[in-house]
Amino acid sequence: MTAAPALRVEALSVRYPGARTFALEDVDFTVAPGEVHALVGQNGAGKSTLLHVLGGVVTPVRGTVAAGGVPFRPRGPADARRAGIALIHQELALAPHLSVEANVLLGAEPARFGLLDRRRARAAARAALSTLGRADLPLGVRVGDLGPSERQLVEIARAVASGASVLLLDEPTSSLSRAEIEPLFALLRAMRDQGKALVYIGHALDEVRAIASRCTVLRDGRVAAAGDLADFSDVRLVAAMVGREVEAFYPRSARAPGEVVVEVEDLARPPLAGVGLTLRRGEVLGIAGLVGAGRTELLRALFGLDAVRGGRVRVGALVGPASPAARWRQGVGFVSEDRKGEGLAVRASVADNVTWPRLPGWGPFAPRGRADRAATALIARLGIRCEGPAQPVASLSGGNQQKVALARLLHAGCDVLLLDEPTRGIDVGSKAEIYALLDELTTGRDVRPPAAVLVVSSYLPELLAVCDKVAVMRRGRLGPAQPVAELDEAALLRAAM
Amino acid sequence: MADRSSLARRAFVVLGPWLGLLAAWLLFAATAGATFVALDNQRLMLLQTAVVGVAAVGATLVIASGGIDLSVGSSIALATVVLGLVLRAGGSPAAAAGLAVATSGACGLLVGAFVTGRIVLAVGLAGAALAATLTAPAFGGGAAGALGALLLLAGALGSARTRARLPLSPFIVTLGLWGALRGAAKGLADNHPVYADEVGWLGTLMRAAPSGAFAWLPPGVWLLLVAALAMAFVLRATRFGRHALAIGSNEATARLCGIDLERTRLLVYAAAGACAGLAGVLQFGYLGMGDPTTAQGLELRVIAAVVIGGASLSGGEGSVVGTLAGALLMTVIDNGCAKLGVDNWVQEIVTGAIIVAAVALDRLRAR
Repeated sequence: MTAAPALRVEALSVRYPGARTFALEDVDFTVAPGEVHALVGQNGAGKSTLLHVLGGVVTPVRGTVAAGGVPFRPRGPADARRAGIALIHQELALAPHLSVEANVLLGAEPARFGLLDRRRARAAARAALSTLGRADLPLGVRVGDLGPSERQLVEIARAVASGASVLLLDEPTSSLSRAEIEPLFALLRAMRDQGKALVYIGHALDEVRAIASRCTVLRDGRVAAAGDLADFSDVRLVAAMVGREVEAFYPRSARAPGEVVVEVEDLARPPLAGVGLTLRRGEVLGIAGLVGAGRTELLRALFGLDAVRGGRVRVGALVGPASPAARWRQGVGFVSEDRKGEGLAVRASVADNVTWPRLPGWGPFAPRGRADRAATALIARLGIRCEGPAQPVASLSGGNQQKVALARLLHAGCDVLLLDEPTRGIDVGSKAEIYALLDELTTGRDVRPPAAVLVVSSYLPELLAVCDKVAVMRRGRLGPAQPVAELDEAALLRAAM
Repeated sequence: MADRSSLARRAFVVLGPWLGLLAAWLLFAATAGATFVALDNQRLMLLQTAVVGVAAVGATLVIASGGIDLSVGSSIALATVVLGLVLRAGGSPAAAAGLAVATSGACGLLVGAFVTGRIVLAVGLAGAALAATLTAPAFGGGAAGALGALLLLAGALGSARTRARLPLSPFIVTLGLWGALRGAAKGLADNHPVYADEVGWLGTLMRAAPSGAFAWLPPGVWLLLVAALAMAFVLRATRFGRHALAIGSNEATARLCGIDLERTRLLVYAAAGACAGLAGVLQFGYLGMGDPTTAQGLELRVIAAVVIGGASLSGGEGSVVGTLAGALLMTVIDNGCAKLGVDNWVQEIVTGAIIVAAVALDRLRAR
C-alpha cells in the first residue's frame, strides 16, 4: 500500500478577479513525504500564486488540492496551518521585537483561559529547536538581534512547532551568505529524513540541485516540465523556464581591453587596507570573497558614498575622493546590493528611479514629461516589464527592479559601472538579459566607447563566466587580478578563506 | 500605454480630497441652507482659508521631502509681531512685510540648519536672533540688527569651515522652536499686542476692495492662489522640487543618485519659512495688529490640510492642489457648523473625525 502523497495538486487553475489571463492553468503537482521538490520558473510564472493557494490565501477557480490525502479547501491561512502546511517566507515573517520563544509559538501560544502558559510554551519552543538540532539557541533573545540565518531558523522552528508535515520554502537562501547555506541544507535534509515534504523555490540552480531530488518547472502559469532533477541539465531547465533555447547563457563577445579608467593604490578605509586595482575599458573585473571581506566597502568608497581614509584613487581624469554627484557627472555609476533599501526608492516611479542622477530639463526646470519619455525609451531597450514609467517600482518583480537600477546607469551615460551583486535574487530570464547587456556594453558595438565594469558577486560560476579577470578580497585585502582562464571555483574559494 | 483602469485610479487619487470637499459642502448646503450657500459666505470661507492655506503650501514641500514643521504657528505669530514693530518704528508697509517674511524665512533656515546637522550655523543663527531680541528693547533696532548680523556671519563662516555634522530630527527641532519662537514673539512684543498707527495697504489684504479684481476676491486669496500655483510648479517641474520629493521618498537612494541632501533640505525649510512669513503678513492684515498669541495650534491644521490633501507623512508625495482642498475642507466644516449654530466643541470633534476619515480614505485609495 503506497502512502498518500503529502501534497497533491490536480488541474489547479487560478484567476485573479478582474484579470483576463490565468495566473495558474491546469497545474498538476505532487510531492511525496520525505521528498524535496524544487519549484522553479521565472518571476510571473506562477510560483508565488501556487504558494498562496497552498497557504490558504488564494482560492482556485478550478482543480483540487489534497494534503496528506485529505481534501484541502481552506478559508484562510489558519486552515493551512491546521492542514499541516507551513510557509517559510522569503522576507521572513517574524516580529523582530519579540523573543525567539514568542516567535516560534506566534499565533499558537499555549494558554489557559487567555493567560499564557509560560512553562508549556518554553517546552514547546525548546522541543521545536531541538528537532532542528539547535537546542542551544537562547529562547529569550530578541529575534531582531539575530542574524539572518538564525532568524530563518526561528521561522522554520515555528513551522515544526505547529506540526507541519509540508514545508514551502520561498527562496530561503536569498538573505544568507554562502557559509550559511550548507547548515540550512543540512537542516532541510534532516527534516526530509523525518518524513516531511519540502517544496523548495529558488533561482540558483546549483543550490536547487544540491537539495532537491524532483522538480517542476512553471512557465506562464502552466507546468512546462516536471520530473527527477537528475534527468534535467541546466540548459534544459533554463529552456523550459524561458520557453526557448538559451544557448549562450553567458554571452562573451570579443573584447579588447583599452585605456585604464580606474586606478586604485593603497586604498585604506576600515575594513580595507592597502587595496589596489586597475580597471580598463572593455574589461569586466570581478571581485570575489566572503561576506564581510570588504567588497561592498570597496565599491562604495570608489563611488564616494563612504569616506576614504588613505590611498590614491583615480577615476578617469579625477584624482582623489569624489562625491556621488561628481561620479555620476563623470559617467561612473553604482548599483547597490541593497536593491530595495538603498538601490531603489520603491515607492517612487520607474521614471523617478531612472532619472534622479541626471534629471532631463533646462537649468532649474525638470518637467516630468521629459523624465517619462527618457524612462520609456530605456524600458523598451532593457525589456523592463511594467505598465509604464509612472508605475511604482515596488510592484515590479526583482529582475525588473534590477533592470531599473541598471537603466539609471544607462540614462546617466555611464561608461564605468560599479555593480554590487547585480543578479542576486532575480529570476533566470532577467539574469540572462543582464549578462547580455554587460557583454554589449563592454564590447562597444555602437559609436560608444566600450564600458568598464567592476562587479562584486558571491556566485562563483557567474563571476568566472562573465568576467575577464577576477581578484579575491580577503579580510580587507585585495589579491591580484588573475585572468579567468587560470582560475576555477575551488581556487577562488581557497583564496577567499 | 497607461491602462484605462489605472488612469481612472490616478484620477480618483487626485480628485479624492475635492470629492470629500464637495460632499461636505453639499451636506452643509442641505442642512444650513441659504446662509451657507450665499456667495458672500463662499468669499468669506476662501478668506478664512487664506492664512492656513499659504502656510500649508510651504508645509506641503516640507512633508513631501520627508520632514515636518511644528513651529508654523509660532513663526506666524513672530512674523506679525515683527511686522507691527517695523510699522510702529515708521517703516513702510512693504519694508515691514519684507522683514516679516525674511524673519520667518530665517527661522526656516534655522530649522534646516539643525536638521542637516550644521550645528555651527544653527547656533550662529539662533545666537544672532536671541541677541537681536534681547538688545532691541534696550539699544534699539540698529544696534540689535548689527549684533545679529555679526553673529550670523560668524556662524556662517564657522559652518563653512567645519565638516562635523550632528543632524537632528525635524520633529524635535521644530518642537523646540514651537516654544522658542513663541517666546521670542512675546519678548519682542513685550507681551502686548503690537499696534501701529499707519497700516497702509496691509489693511486691505484681507478685505474686499470696492472695485476691480480685488472686489471679487480679496488680495489675500489671490496671494494664496499664486503661492499654490508657484509651489505646484516647483514640485512638478523643477530640479529642486524633484530632489525634495526624492529625499522624502528614499533618502539613501537620493544620496546614491548624487542629490545634495543638505542643500536641498536647507532650501526646503527656508522656503516653507518664507510661506509661513507670508501667512503671517496675511494674518496681520486680518487682525490689523501684531499678536504674539495668535495662530496657536495652527500648525496642526496646516499638517491636517496637507495630509487630507493626499501627502504621506513619510514623504515622497505631496499635492498642493490636494492641500488646498484639505484646507478648504476644514474651513467648510467650521463655517458650516457655525451656520448651523453647532457648539464649538462639536465642531472640533467633527474636524478631528474628518481628518481620520480622510486619511483612512487615502490609505484605501492607495491600495
